[in-house]
Amino acid sequence: MKEMYLTQLNTKQTAVVKEIVGGYGVSRRLESMGIRPGKRITKISSHFWGGPVTVLVDKMKIAVGHGMAQKIVVEV
Amino acid sequence: MARTEKKILLMGNPNVGKSAVFSRLTGARVTISNYPGTTVGFSQGYIRLGEGETGVVMDVPGIYNLEPLCRADKVAVEMLNKGDIVINIIDATNLERNLFLTLELREKNIPLVVALNMWDETRHKGIEIDTKKLEKELGVPVIPTCGLTGAGIKELVERLKDAAKGDFGTLTRDQKWEELGVIVNTAQKLHHHHHTLLERFEDISTRPATGLPIAAFVVYLSFTVIRFFAEGLIGYVFEPLFEKFWLPLMEKLSSVLGGGGFVHDILIGSLIGGEINFGESFGLLTTGLFVPIAAVLPYILSFYLVLGILEDFGYLPRLATQVDNLMHHLGLHGYAIVPMILGLGCNVPGAMALRLLEGRREKFIAATLMAVAVPCMAQIAMIVGLVGERGGGYVALIFGILLTILIIKGILMNRIMKGRSPEILWEIPPYRFPLPMAVLKKLWMRVSGFLREAIPYVLLGVFIVNILYILRIVDFLSWFFAPVLSGMWGLPKETVSAMLIGFLRKDVAVGMLAPLALTTKQLIIACTILAVYFPCMATFAVMVRELGVRDMAKSAGLMLLTAAFAGTVLNLLL
Repeated sequence: MKEMYLTQLNTKQTAVVKEIVGGYGVSRRLESMGIRPGKRITKISSHFWGGPVTVLVDKMKIAVGHGMAQKIVVEV
Repeated sequence: MARTEKKILLMGNPNVGKSAVFSRLTGARVTISNYPGTTVGFSQGYIRLGEGETGVVMDVPGIYNLEPLCRADKVAVEMLNKGDIVINIIDATNLERNLFLTLELREKNIPLVVALNMWDETRHKGIEIDTKKLEKELGVPVIPTCGLTGAGIKELVERLKDAAKGDFGTLTRDQKWEELGVIVNTAQKLHHHHHTLLERFEDISTRPATGLPIAAFVVYLSFTVIRFFAEGLIGYVFEPLFEKFWLPLMEKLSSVLGGGGFVHDILIGSLIGGEINFGESFGLLTTGLFVPIAAVLPYILSFYLVLGILEDFGYLPRLATQVDNLMHHLGLHGYAIVPMILGLGCNVPGAMALRLLEGRREKFIAATLMAVAVPCMAQIAMIVGLVGERGGGYVALIFGILLTILIIKGILMNRIMKGRSPEILWEIPPYRFPLPMAVLKKLWMRVSGFLREAIPYVLLGVFIVNILYILRIVDFLSWFFAPVLSGMWGLPKETVSAMLIGFLRKDVAVGMLAPLALTTKQLIIACTILAVYFPCMATFAVMVRELGVRDMAKSAGLMLLTAAFAGTVLNLLL
């Protein structure tokens, strides 16, 4: 078991969301897109220079801004 | 006998096909695309509920939950208090997340029906849903539908009368997620499915290494196709039509009117070398019709055809992801590309789409950048027509200048204005093959909208030009503005009339440069300034509504300043 930020996860790797280190607003917004503690997410791609991270949650693809991706702690 | 109509609200997550269902229910024509946020305003239409009863259906912009996190959400939540029935439209391929809103809606004291939309997609995604079980678990009617094809819509209407309002108690958020887990496990089975070709393409166009080249190629291809198609229409259809059929009529009319005088000047305009010139005569029946129909319409047609295909395919959110990091330097996030692209067609829908953006700062930056550096297709068509004669490179130069202005101005605003650019958090919809009928329907909607709105304004513009000349107001204005026009920008003072008409219609304004015999340098400067200095009236009105008077005044100040500066720099450099 290893904890890391979503930004540090390798592409194509699957992990479980551990916690959201952010305020109420960020947690709610992520939750409403299906990203909440306990969910399995797969990283599809990440963009260089602080670009967004794309993840697969359930069957949806979601683009998460770099700053927000740094607030998502995952467990591999 | 007056009876109050039932108000039916269509609510659901973004991009679940609410507008498609709305259009099926009411027969109303609304824009339907495959990206979240297509519907920014309300559409409202009527539906027959049987036995002479009618209802009003309202298409509410998509929301994820009833806890308003931004202004658009708040509006949607407020709508809830005014409705009699809610049709909760959910994406059947993504039950869990969609049903969260259902559980929230269920706690509100309002009859509820669930439409399991995109039902047709569940099968090949390996999803099996037992609607009977789902209905039992939720305690409200559940009807499988497909908005695009219309399947299930009849059943949906029939079952509106069963809409359930029950006492479901109030669950906390965590309890809701827990209950959802149970519901989804009971009603849904997942099967393994193989990746389709389209899904593989989804992956390679998302990864930056392959996605960026694909994005560049898609943009390049789009413009090539637009240009090819539009030029073809102009050269082989519209110009010949005007020359062969309309010109003889106008020549007859001209000689009947005696080749001059007040009425002749208004209807036919002035004769260029003794002949009617559709580009330069500037009469209501000559240039007034030629500009919107023969010069602009072909570009509008081909632009919206290509845009419609890209929209329905689902490419725009992917393009937004590819440019996100670049847009952050301009104080925006990737999704701000959507209003910009819509603005390329016409700045009015572009300005309306500003509602997609969350913050006031972001909206201000996006609005200002669009008004300054994104010319609408009508203006582009005229620039290509007029400047293209001097060489395609000059057209490219104008676009290069506008892009440079966009980048510099964005970077400056991002540095100077306090605040930060918000983070992107968007759903990327799956690629879907566009249905030809749906694409054509949308194209027709947009093109007929253009014809309805553009032609009267173009005619008005041409009429005003003539009156200004006849009353010699132009002489006064050109004398008054000569220091700016000639002194700073190196333009002849006659260009003042084009600048004036630019407030009304940009395409007419660019057309007015044609008879002025400008040098190529002057033409480039004039076209750039016409694009930059101010939005047309229609766009201005929408921008005031979206930004508020104060922010709009600031934005307008910045536009004029940019025009003054850019014009002077170009005059010195070119």
